[in-house]
Amino acid sequence: MSQAKTAKGFWPAFNQRKFLDDWVMLLAALGIFVLSAVFIDNFLSPLNMRGLGLAISTVGIAACTMLFCLASGHFDLSVGSVIACAGVVAGIVIRDTDSVALGVSAALGMGLVVGLINGIVIAKLRINALIATLATMQIVRGLAYIFSNGKAVGVMDERFFVFGNGQLLGVPVPIIITVLCFIFFGWLLNYTSYGRNTMAIGGNQEAALLAGVNVDRTKIIIFAVHGLIGALAGVILASRMTSGQPMIGQGFELTVISACVLGGVSLSGGIGMIRHVIAGVLILAIIENAMNLKNIDTFYQYVIRGSILLLAVIIDRMKQR
Amino acid sequence: MTAAALRFDAIGKTFPGVKALDGISFTAHPGQVHALMGENGAGKSTLLKILGGAYIPSSGSVQIGAQVMAFKNAADSIASGVAVIHQELHLVPEMSVAENLFLGHLPTRLGVVNRGLLRQQALACLKGLADEIDPDEKLGRLSLGQRQLVEIAKALSRGANVIAFDEPTSSLSAREIDRLMAIIARLRDEGKVVLYVSHRMEEVFRICDAVTVFKDGRYVRTFEDMSSLTHDQLVTCMVGRDIQDIYDYRAREQGEVALKVDGLLGPGLREPISFQVRKGEILGLFGLVGAGRTELFRLLSGLERASAGSLALCGQALQLRSPRDAIAAGILLCPEDRKKEGIIPLASVAENINISARAAHSTFGWLLRDGWEKGNADRQIQAMRVKTPNAAQKIMYLSGGNQQKAILGRWLSMPMKVLLLDEPTRGIDIGAKSEIYQIIHNLAASGIAVIVVSSDLMEVMGISDRILVMSEGALAGELPRERADEARLLQLALPRSRA
Repeated sequence: MSQAKTAKGFWPAFNQRKFLDDWVMLLAALGIFVLSAVFIDNFLSPLNMRGLGLAISTVGIAACTMLFCLASGHFDLSVGSVIACAGVVAGIVIRDTDSVALGVSAALGMGLVVGLINGIVIAKLRINALIATLATMQIVRGLAYIFSNGKAVGVMDERFFVFGNGQLLGVPVPIIITVLCFIFFGWLLNYTSYGRNTMAIGGNQEAALLAGVNVDRTKIIIFAVHGLIGALAGVILASRMTSGQPMIGQGFELTVISACVLGGVSLSGGIGMIRHVIAGVLILAIIENAMNLKNIDTFYQYVIRGSILLLAVIIDRMKQR
Repeated sequence: MTAAALRFDAIGKTFPGVKALDGISFTAHPGQVHALMGENGAGKSTLLKILGGAYIPSSGSVQIGAQVMAFKNAADSIASGVAVIHQELHLVPEMSVAENLFLGHLPTRLGVVNRGLLRQQALACLKGLADEIDPDEKLGRLSLGQRQLVEIAKALSRGANVIAFDEPTSSLSAREIDRLMAIIARLRDEGKVVLYVSHRMEEVFRICDAVTVFKDGRYVRTFEDMSSLTHDQLVTCMVGRDIQDIYDYRAREQGEVALKVDGLLGPGLREPISFQVRKGEILGLFGLVGAGRTELFRLLSGLERASAGSLALCGQALQLRSPRDAIAAGILLCPEDRKKEGIIPLASVAENINISARAAHSTFGWLLRDGWEKGNADRQIQAMRVKTPNAAQKIMYLSGGNQQKAILGRWLSMPMKVLLLDEPTRGIDIGAKSEIYQIIHNLAASGIAVIVVSSDLMEVMGISDRILVMSEGALAGELPRERADEARLLQLALPRSRA
C-alpha cells in the first residue's frame, strides 16, 4: 500500500520517468540523426537517404517479429539463415516455373515451416530457444547451400524486382513494406489478445498459464510468424540483388536482436514496444551509415558495433535493477 | 571451546508492502538447543535467512557475544562461525563427498588439487559424524540423511559455533532422525549455539532446552523451562488468542453439490482424495506445509493431471487437461505464490484483471475492444476496492493485498462456479485481510462454492463452514464449523512420526 501511495504522491515525477522510459531511445535516434546531418557531408543527400532507408528495411522487417519472440522471453537465431534460404528458394522456383507468385509463395512457405518447427520444438518439446534455433539456423543455412549448389541463383524475371527496386510515389517499396510492418505489428502487440498474451507469457509464463492463456499455441504462432516475416525480408533482399545468395545474412540474427535490445526491448521478456524496435533499428543503421560516409575502416566498424551491443545489454541489465 | 551467546536485537525486515519481521529480540545461549516455532509465515525462515547473510535486516542487529555482526552476504556469516543447514541442502550432487566438504578451499599443491590430502582431511571431517561415508563417493548417491550429515560436517570443518537447522527432519527416516538427534545433542554438549526450526512438537520436546514462539513476524515469548511447558500451552501461544473477530462470519444458505471429487490421485498425494463442496459453501482446507493441499489444488485447477479418480461439476463429469479446461468450466484458482504464479508484474493492473476474460469480449476473439477493456478494469478496481493511482499502474508497485484483490477481480470478470483460494491472505496486512474475507463471503452468498487452503488456524476456523484437514498427502479428517477448534485441527494436521 505504501508503494502505491508513494507513486501517487510523486505522480508527476513518475510520469516523467515513464515518458523517458518510453521515448528516450527514439529521441536518441533523432539526436544521432540530427548530429549526422550537421556534421557529415552528403548525409542528407537523396541518394544517401535512400540507402539509409533500404539499410533499415531488412533489419526493420525482421525486428518487428523478433520483438514478439523477445517479448515472450525467447529469441530466434535462425532468421539470418531463413533470409538466405528464402532468396535461394524464390530464385530457384522462379527460374524453374517462370512464376513470380509461385516463387514468392514457396519462399514464404519455407519460412513459415521453419518457424513452425522452431515454435513446436520450443513450446511443445520444451527445448531451450537458444539450442532449438541454433540447430535450425545451421540446418536452414545448409539447405540454402544445397538447393543453390553454393552459388548465387540469378533471377531474370523483372516482375520479381518490384519488391526490392520498385517505387511508389518516389518511395522505394522495401521502405513502404517496413513502415507497414511497423504499423501492423505495433498494432498487433497492443490491440489484440495475441499481442497481450505474448507480453503476459514473457512477463510471467506460469501466471499466464494459470490465467488461461494458451501458452503453447501463442508461442508457436510467434515463431511461425517470425519465420514467415523473415522469409519476406529474404525475398525483398533477393529482389534488390536480383539473385538469391546462400551466404548472405550471416550474423544477421544478432544484428536484429541487438537492434531490439538497444531500443529498449528486454532480453528476459515482458517488456517491449514497437517504438523500441524502431529506435534501435534507426540508431544502428544511422551509425553504420555515418561510419561508412566517414570512411571508417570496416575492422573498426566491428569494434564499434560490438561496443554498442555490449552497451545495450548493460543498459537492459541496469533497467531491471 | 564454548561459543558466545547469539542475540537477536530488535530485528525488523520489510519487503515492499510486507512487514516480514518486526522487532524480534531474544537470546540463544551456548550449550542449549533453542527451538523457533510458529505457524507458516510467522517469520522463522526470514530470521534464519538474516542469520545466514541472505537477507540484510531493515532494522536491528545480530550479535554474537559482545560483537555486533553486520552480515552483508553468506560469506560474512560463514566467516563469523555461523552455519545454516537449510531444507534444500547447498551441495553439488555431481561432485564427490570430499570435494563438497572443501568446495571453495580445496587443498592444492602448485594449483593442482592434492587428492591424497583431500581424502585425509575429508575422513577427519566425517569422523564421529558419519564414519561409513566414503569421501570419494559421489554425493548424489548418498541418502538424504547422509547428505545432511555431510552438510553438518562441512559446517563444523569451517569452525561453526552457531548452527541453525531449518526443518531438518522433514525428509528423514526414523533412524536417521535418531542419529541426527544424537549429533545435535553432541553439538550442544560441546557448547555450541544450536537453533532448531521445526513443526514437529515431539522433536521440540525431545531435544530442545528453550523455545521461542513467533507469530505474524512478531516475537511472542520464550520458554526457558521445557519441563514445565505443556503441549497445549505451546500451541495456544503459537496460535494467539487475542485476535478480534475480523472474519465477520455469517451463516449462508447452501445449495446443491457444486464440485464432487472422487478418489482423486496425483503427484504429491499419498492416498485417494474424495470430498464434495456445495454451492454457497466455504470449505476450509487446513494442513501444514507439505500436507498436499497445494498439490490437490494443482489437480483441481488443471495444472497437473490426475492419475486416478474423477471430478463432477454440478453433476456433470469433468476432465481437466490444462488450466484452460478448468477456467472454461468455471473452476478458478488464486494461487499461493502471487508473485510467481498470480500476477504479471510488469503489466498494468488493467492488463492483469482483463487477461482471462478478454477473449470472450473481443471481436472475433482476438481484436480487443477498448471500451470493454477500460470499463471492466475500472469496474473491478472499484468493486474490489483495489488501491491504485490508476488502471495503468504496473501491478508490481501495489501491495500484496491489492494484488490479491486484482486477481479476484480477474476471476470476477469470468463466469465462476468454484473458487479455489490458496493462502489468500498470506503476507497481507490486517486491513486488506478483512476486506478479502468480506469478498469471499459475498461470493459464497451469491452461490459460488469456495475452497480455501490456509495454514492460518484462526483464518480457517474464522471463515469456513466446514474444514477438511490434510496431512502427509492424505485427508486426515473433517470437522464441521461448530466442532473445529485448534487442538482438534492441529492433532489431525501434525504428521505421525514415520516408523
